Amino acid sequence: MPETERNKVSMLFEKLSKKGEKALICYVVGCYPDIETSKEIVSTLIDSGADIIEIGIPFSDPMADGPIIQAASLKALARGITPSTCFRFVNEMKKKYSNTPFLFMTYSNIVFSNNLRNFLTAAKKNQVDGFIIPDLNIEESQEYVGIARQLGLATIFLSAPNTAKKRLVEIASISSGFVYMVSIFGTTGSRSKFEKYTFDAVSKTKEITNRHKIPLAVGFGISNPKDGRNMIKSGADGIIVGSSLLKLILENENDKEKMLFYLGSFIKELKGVCR
Amino acid sequence: MKQSNIGKFGIFGGRHVPETLIPALDELDYNYQKLKKNKQFQKELTYLLQNYAGRPTPLYFAKNLTKYLKGPKIFLKREDLLHSGAHKINNTIGQGLLAYKMGKKRIIAETGAGQHGVATAMASAIFGLETVIYMGAKDVGRQQSNVFRMNLLNAKVHPVTSGSMTLKDSVNEALRDWITNVETTHYLIGTVMGPHPFPTMVRDFQSIIGREIKEQITQETGSLPDSIIACIGGGSNAIGTFFPFINDNKVRLYGVEAGGKGVNSKHHAATLSRGRIGILHGMKSYFLQDEYGQIKEAHSISAGLDYPGVGPEHAYLRDNKRVSYSVVTDDEAIRAYLLLSKLEGIIPALESSHAIAYLVKNSKKFSEDNIVVVTISGRGDKDLQIVKERLEETGSFKESNKTGVEKKAISDA
Repeated sequence: MPETERNKVSMLFEKLSKKGEKALICYVVGCYPDIETSKEIVSTLIDSGADIIEIGIPFSDPMADGPIIQAASLKALARGITPSTCFRFVNEMKKKYSNTPFLFMTYSNIVFSNNLRNFLTAAKKNQVDGFIIPDLNIEESQEYVGIARQLGLATIFLSAPNTAKKRLVEIASISSGFVYMVSIFGTTGSRSKFEKYTFDAVSKTKEITNRHKIPLAVGFGISNPKDGRNMIKSGADGIIVGSSLLKLILENENDKEKMLFYLGSFIKELKGVCR
Repeated sequence: MKQSNIGKFGIFGGRHVPETLIPALDELDYNYQKLKKNKQFQKELTYLLQNYAGRPTPLYFAKNLTKYLKGPKIFLKREDLLHSGAHKINNTIGQGLLAYKMGKKRIIAETGAGQHGVATAMASAIFGLETVIYMGAKDVGRQQSNVFRMNLLNAKVHPVTSGSMTLKDSVNEALRDWITNVETTHYLIGTVMGPHPFPTMVRDFQSIIGREIKEQITQETGSLPDSIIACIGGGSNAIGTFFPFINDNKVRLYGVEAGGKGVNSKHHAATLSRGRIGILHGMKSYFLQDEYGQIKEAHSISAGLDYPGVGPEHAYLRDNKRVSYSVVTDDEAIRAYLLLSKLEGIIPALESSHAIAYLVKNSKKFSEDNIVVVTISGRGDKDLQIVKERLEETGSFKESNKTGVEKKAISDA
């Protein structure tokens, strides 16, 4: 693996793999419901077993997201959360959790419309470890990948259940950190049940990521340990949860103690199937 | 990985979508390229455009407006006479036929005021396709008659309650539906926006407007027009009008955006004049957005121009200066609406009124022997209520609204 790709995310997967563990990746909307509570939430997630944190920088038009993340994003925007707030947030969190990789997940316009290089440089300066951009396709990524490589940021690209093998090869070879497989035809948010096509796609994708020596994480709609276990059984090196965490946050917005307790026990259960 | 040229207009356009949609876009592109050259497909399309939609549409010499402005000779391209009352149907029949040939069972579409929704529902009816129209909850409230019209045409209208509850959110919601049902469904985008191949494909379906203009004006006057004017929201009637003239460098092309309450107010839809380059709805183009890249709401009295983005080919034609883009306000558009109704007996859509308003405002720029073509993209019956309310607000309608009879004609405000 080239030196520039040895970012914190890759190193974490190596460490886990030596222990025979899978990664638990947690998504939260940045600074939601407010900066202080969000800090406590992220601390709880990490203390309970989360390996990687994804911070969603809220965007006005989140087309890959279901109703739960949409609602939280719009509320965060209404409360004045900007990309800079999210940069500072990561910077603060890293003081305590310097070994935990932090990724930004956001849409192209946030990253590209304000000078790409400046944006990525600012992210790096604030100790962000990489980016997930769900509406960025490999064909449009040359400049972004170039700058991110220079800065040592992980470039995590997404694949879908219907992505052709040839394209999976391109996605695997341009990604660093891991490949993010979207588990279902649909937006973020929980499903009552996964169908066979999801597990088939995980196995198919895993063959290719294996060949390229890059980990595979699966997300969208994972809402319980059983889902997570099934993804891992099919070949996932990591599982990603987001909407089900946000659901707990939204449902318990008025009782922080309860919120953190539920989040903690949920993460412990999920991490349980990763070991 | 090389930067791709797929669907690029200079630096604009491309594909910027969740990965799930890539196979669908590839499939669509492949089938479209294939069917475009297929004689049977073209024959069926032509039959429907002629016998269902009512093509060709006339090119009418607007004698009274010409006389009134003491300016150039003005010809109106009458897309308002099409079935459904607007140019939208050129595209919906084309994409509907394509979706049918591809074996798709279900059509989804976004709509603002409902014009594209209605035109989509009509095309779906022809081919017997299940149809769901995404429409902002605010727009559903404002446009009850179009909702009913779509229901009559056997389309389901799904009110969108996310975000600002207007057109841009309907596009988001339609994209989310497409991501979920990508294998059975075709997303029938209503304008020259979205990921490749939509901007090119919709342009091709709408270019019949410009091709007819070329033939008709040459027959009528023996030469090409000096100037052509069209209004721009997403930009489909404009690109359809302009495209066949793009290489005729002597023909000047004017695109007119919605200036709303003025480009210095917060309420306008002047994307090309006041927007910034960005990425949304699958394409790189100009968008109204704040300093952080959050997309702003657009405003125009004309619902069809009320979109914070613009088709990527217009962004390209703006930057290479082949087309001049400018802005007309709500008030100027209403005056043009009244003027054309009074002088020519043609009630233009508020969208098209922007194009007329540009000509009225700038008539001195054109010399008397100039030939100018203006595309009337749709008819204005759908806007009667909005215009009436506006006139009542401003007081220019006091006299005639009491009984509605025997009053002098409305002054052109």
